[in-house]
Amino acid sequence: MPLPVRHLLLAALGLAAVAGLLSVTGDLTALRIAAVGYTMLAVAGLQLLVGGSGQVSLGHGAFMMIGAYSMALLVLHQPTLPLAANLGVIVVVSVAAGVAVGAATARLHGPYLAGATLILAVGLPGLAHRFHAFLGGSNGLNIRTAGAPPFLDGLVTTSEWRALVVWTTVVLGLAVLATISAGRLGRRMRAIRDDETAAAMAGVPVGATKVVAFVIASAAGGLAGGLQAYVLGTVTPSSFTLVLSLTLLAALVLGGIGSLWGALWASMAIVYLDVWATDLARAANLGRNAENNLPVVFFGVVLILVLRFWPLGVHGALRSLGARLRAVRSDTSSRTPQ
Amino acid sequence: MNYFVTLTLNGLASGAAYAALALSLVIIYQATRLVNFAQPALALLSVYTAYTVTQLTGSYWLGFAAALTAGLLVGAFVERVIIRPIARTSQLNAIIVTLGLLLVVQGGVGMVWGNEQHGFRYAFSYVGRFAPSDVFALVAVGVVALLLFALYRFTPLGLRMRAAAFHPEAARLSGVRVGLMLTAGWGIASLIGALAGMLAGPPFISPNVFDVVFVFGITAAVVGGLDNPFGAVIGGLLIGLGMSYVSGFLGPELATLAALVIVVAVLSVRPDGILSRPTARKV
Repeated sequence: MPLPVRHLLLAALGLAAVAGLLSVTGDLTALRIAAVGYTMLAVAGLQLLVGGSGQVSLGHGAFMMIGAYSMALLVLHQPTLPLAANLGVIVVVSVAAGVAVGAATARLHGPYLAGATLILAVGLPGLAHRFHAFLGGSNGLNIRTAGAPPFLDGLVTTSEWRALVVWTTVVLGLAVLATISAGRLGRRMRAIRDDETAAAMAGVPVGATKVVAFVIASAAGGLAGGLQAYVLGTVTPSSFTLVLSLTLLAALVLGGIGSLWGALWASMAIVYLDVWATDLARAANLGRNAENNLPVVFFGVVLILVLRFWPLGVHGALRSLGARLRAVRSDTSSRTPQ
Repeated sequence: MNYFVTLTLNGLASGAAYAALALSLVIIYQATRLVNFAQPALALLSVYTAYTVTQLTGSYWLGFAAALTAGLLVGAFVERVIIRPIARTSQLNAIIVTLGLLLVVQGGVGMVWGNEQHGFRYAFSYVGRFAPSDVFALVAVGVVALLLFALYRFTPLGLRMRAAAFHPEAARLSGVRVGLMLTAGWGIASLIGALAGMLAGPPFISPNVFDVVFVFGITAAVVGGLDNPFGAVIGGLLIGLGMSYVSGFLGPELATLAALVIVVAVLSVRPDGILSRPTARKV
């Protein structure tokens, strides 16, 4: 079976699983499932960039912000465009932003690139304040999008419909990312990650490949941001802080670098650690200060502990566990004949 | 013209804080090849310690001393307990752990002291152009830079620290306790970071107060060259001036984006900062 077909089949299976999950859970969970979806797309884009080409970006949240504001502006100023067209425009816009940033930072390496992208993440929300009339300042923009189509009335709620739309886009995006990563481009990226000089001598166009990796990652980030705006119906500069960008990268490493499964664990960690920590603070009645800050602290502690004891992240830990189980089984099966 | 002079003087004063923060980043980068993203968090902890001590005793200078002591101890503790076990596994993981630490400390400070702003006083009067507090900032950072130079250049401790950073294996063979030197480096760096916090914190402190300062600090370090303490100081003052002009003439919201433009422009011409020397590499 050719690779793209296999990835599309897997995508369809994933979507079916999500739909099954949605049918047995409530409205609030549907929103969280949607959040896991768009976060996963953003992390998967970062996965291609950091895990694939070895460029560390601390500014991924900036591209989510570009996507989210594009979505809001499109809905506000071009209300007749269908959602699919909006998402297409968002991909084009974030690709353009990715080309601009990627080309500007192409000569930067290692910590220098991390520093520059960090500045982008902190600086970009300032634009929303600077162009107050157009981008809504600190209150941001509020949008209303259509819910479930009329023929599905009573069958799915608006939140469930949104979650389905999000996941349809996400699994398609993931299939594209997986295909890229398994193909020639992905191989070139990994060659650059492992040894830039050797890759260049083997004929890999180093600069162009790095920029392309950056552009693909920003397209995924922008699309994720657009989906977030679609689900939440509101876009504010304060939701695209430095902490968001840092959390995305940290969660990627937490989930496990080098595999799209890692992105799934990462996005679930981002969404659910937050939920659990807030519940915990409420249950323990720790007061408002603790309630606001416990999720961040919790995430940080989990991050430090996981990397301390499983340097390859959750996915790495699961894989070594699986390998150990297989080894035990083959051990016993080889012993039985005697 | 008058406005321009005011902007220049303000820029130099705030540049002093950026220079100190950049210096603390560079010291750690030199020793461990790691950009310490937790540096603003360590500074935050120190500054809040100062705030509490000043509240309790009523003395600014006791608080100041407490901040520097806290910086030294916390920096050493973090290196020994959190960073060292992870630095062995991978470079990226070590960076991520400093990010995790940043989240933990920022959130922890918010849990203990609250997310709202607290008033935090200057060391000296801040009224007027080039006020005593501005002079203090420049003098303090100048003295620290000189002390650091003296430490590295003239003391046995400095020599051992340089040896440990330059060639850990050879240093260990000659009897240098490399681990201890790393701990000392982190302690000293965090002490300087705490000083940066004390200079950049007033008039208000809150858990996110150093986000923007950190951006300018890392800009300064990157522009000056992550491997060069002098570059950090010069970079800090340059960034201070640049940001002051951008804020004064174009609007303060654009200062961080201007920092990005400066970084990209400088690094496109000199990929390792303005004071870097070209390195030869064998392939």
